[in-house]
Amino acid sequence: MPVEILKETWTGAVQTVTLGATPAQGGTRGRTVTVGGERSLPFLHFEAPMPHRPVVAVEIKDRRPDDWSPVLLRAWGEVVNDPGAWAQAAAAAGADLILLALSLTDAEGRPTTPAAAVAAVRKVLEACPLPLAVFGPGQAEADNELLVAVAEATKGERLLLGICEDKNYRTIVATALANGHLVNARTPMDVNLAKQLNILITDMGMPLDRIIMDPTTGAVGYGFEYGYSVMERLRLAALQGDRMTQLPMLVTPGFEAWKTKEAKVGNGVPAAWGDWEARGIAWETLTALGLLEAGADILVLRHPESVRRLQRAIADLMTPPSGPLV
Amino acid sequence: MALTGIQIYKLLPQTNCKDCGFPTCLAFAMKLAAKQVELSACPHVSESARAQLAESAAPPVRLVTVRSDSTEIKVGNEVVLFRHEKTFYHRPGLLVRVGDDRTPSALEATVAAADAYRVSYVGMDLGIDGFAVESVTGDPGRFAAAVQTVRRHTRRPLALLAPSAAVLGAGLEMIAANETPLLGVAAADNWQDMADLARKARAPLVVRGHTLSELADLTEKIKAAGVEDMVLDPAARDLAGHLALSTLIRRLALKKTFRPLGYPLIAFADAVDDPAVASMLAAQAILKYAGFVVIDHFAPETIYPLLVLRQNIYTDPQKPIQVQPGLYEINNPKPEDPVLVTTNFSITYFSVANEVEGSGLPAWLVVADAEGMSVLTAWAAGKFDAERIAKDVKRFGVDAKVSRRRLVIPGHVAVLSGELEAELPDWEIRVGPREAVDLPRYMKEALRN
Repeated sequence: MPVEILKETWTGAVQTVTLGATPAQGGTRGRTVTVGGERSLPFLHFEAPMPHRPVVAVEIKDRRPDDWSPVLLRAWGEVVNDPGAWAQAAAAAGADLILLALSLTDAEGRPTTPAAAVAAVRKVLEACPLPLAVFGPGQAEADNELLVAVAEATKGERLLLGICEDKNYRTIVATALANGHLVNARTPMDVNLAKQLNILITDMGMPLDRIIMDPTTGAVGYGFEYGYSVMERLRLAALQGDRMTQLPMLVTPGFEAWKTKEAKVGNGVPAAWGDWEARGIAWETLTALGLLEAGADILVLRHPESVRRLQRAIADLMTPPSGPLV
Repeated sequence: MALTGIQIYKLLPQTNCKDCGFPTCLAFAMKLAAKQVELSACPHVSESARAQLAESAAPPVRLVTVRSDSTEIKVGNEVVLFRHEKTFYHRPGLLVRVGDDRTPSALEATVAAADAYRVSYVGMDLGIDGFAVESVTGDPGRFAAAVQTVRRHTRRPLALLAPSAAVLGAGLEMIAANETPLLGVAAADNWQDMADLARKARAPLVVRGHTLSELADLTEKIKAAGVEDMVLDPAARDLAGHLALSTLIRRLALKKTFRPLGYPLIAFADAVDDPAVASMLAAQAILKYAGFVVIDHFAPETIYPLLVLRQNIYTDPQKPIQVQPGLYEINNPKPEDPVLVTTNFSITYFSVANEVEGSGLPAWLVVADAEGMSVLTAWAAGKFDAERIAKDVKRFGVDAKVSRRRLVIPGHVAVLSGELEAELPDWEIRVGPREAVDLPRYMKEALRN
């Protein structure tokens, strides 16, 4: 029986964005990473080829984190004490890019200084040739202070700077513009807020090929379905031609999954939760896979085994089915 | 495809006799199109019109039921491609597959453990739905014995999977006549005998085809042989193939009312080289349209997130799961114990309540009416501000219950503390941790005195 391959006709496409700059491009990176460019829903190769595969970023910190699950600290070992070594280990684990998340304070509880932030970023840049994203501690004022210093000290690297949100986008966008970087526009799980922030950022003169949007997500069991549906709606709007939603999406399933009790806590939990480390990895992996299916272009992960699994899933999903569909 | 009101109107007698209770045939047709009345309200409709209307009213994805003597699994009858368009209705049945090549004691151990497995998520009790018993040996006696062993250790619905009708029949005899198992697997080489068996057993049949045309051919032939209920296995075992075929089948069923593929799907999440990939296949199947998901490795640490993922995806997006706003007592609080505030989004409430309960420390919990949103979302939407919190503290009569007026707000909304001090002048406003998981430590250390 003849069966139709039912394709949707989309008028829009996702913007292509390149992270990192090689020496020839004014930076120091050994390679660059390009994401976006989709003309169909994720991995539907019969509709349109995916021009760029989604990538995996590994989140590292500028110092040994105080609040990470012991499972993660065990998995990475000694390198967590040195951001350069950690970045190298992340690259060896399969990262396509590194996300350095700056801490709010140093180990003694004093606020992280701009000089210390710049030193940590320099260490990572020197140790590892991958493109780099640098996120502030997530408090608008601290983010501004640290990221401006980092942006100025790394002019031309095409770093991805975050967190750029409605409270502080002016400062972050201005410094990214002045120093040749990109911004990660974060909004709390809402299609219209995401669009609005993208409009504000482009109004400042930031070209679309230097913006990644971060619609925020929740781990499985902790609001996953909200983030998932917001991403599906954003991507559908992008394919339907809505310019201000046509940006590649970054999400942080590693951060979200590893703050859940299921991943963070090993003792005094129900037996039905199973093995602690396997559960934490499954939580991170399945959250990330779901977001990949909803249109994520950059997955920020924490556990090396999750990196391996998602790289495998991305490779599988990027391989068009070998046999005929109909 | 569902008919429009005008198309239905053309099939009606057009006499405006009002016997249906509506003033005109057109008005009745509009109500029919909106599925607000039954066609039977019209006593004059012709047989041929009735048949045409019944055909158009059939759901684009057939509803298929599998049952044991105690529970049932209903799948299909879905109406959208994306959950935000309406909702996904029937959660896929999660089946654990066991082969007849295992020893009886190994079978027993797996089935008993998986059958007894229960895990609690936001007050809901979750578990797997049934088992798929598969003939690996091809031996009718082995298969029958395996089905018998499995049935002895679970009362959940079963799928019986065998390469031939002869083997399948041997297994089918081992279960009670009032059960409706899922049978399979019908393919190009055995479909006649399989269809025959399924028709006699009045049970749904799994149909496997390696392309969509092969599948559609088979379902038409099997339907002609008298089997109405089928479940499609597009035979892809890799992520990309499964995604493409499942999406095409759902699209054809919904957008073209393509009946030959208008059945629920079954996904076999097996990946011999890597069990981690199997869990991702199962997750994709839950997200992307499976009616049944068959897994080979039963391990609590992967089943738990899969069950929760399924729960999340099949939540109605129009109705956030809420708990009743109010003042909740945890661990028998006394007047001097602290008052914590959170929102009435169920996941938020359960995260906070579970942590406080687990800490053993007594507290009062004000669950504010934030229209079912989590703390940050509600705050961003203006549904969880100082005014609302103060209003609820007063409305729930918290003043009268406590002697020490200490209010702990979530760390994510620390910015509200100033306004709250103005709204509740005789209260001490404290900023708690951002995440519920850090509450016990905060209560032990920061709230000690």
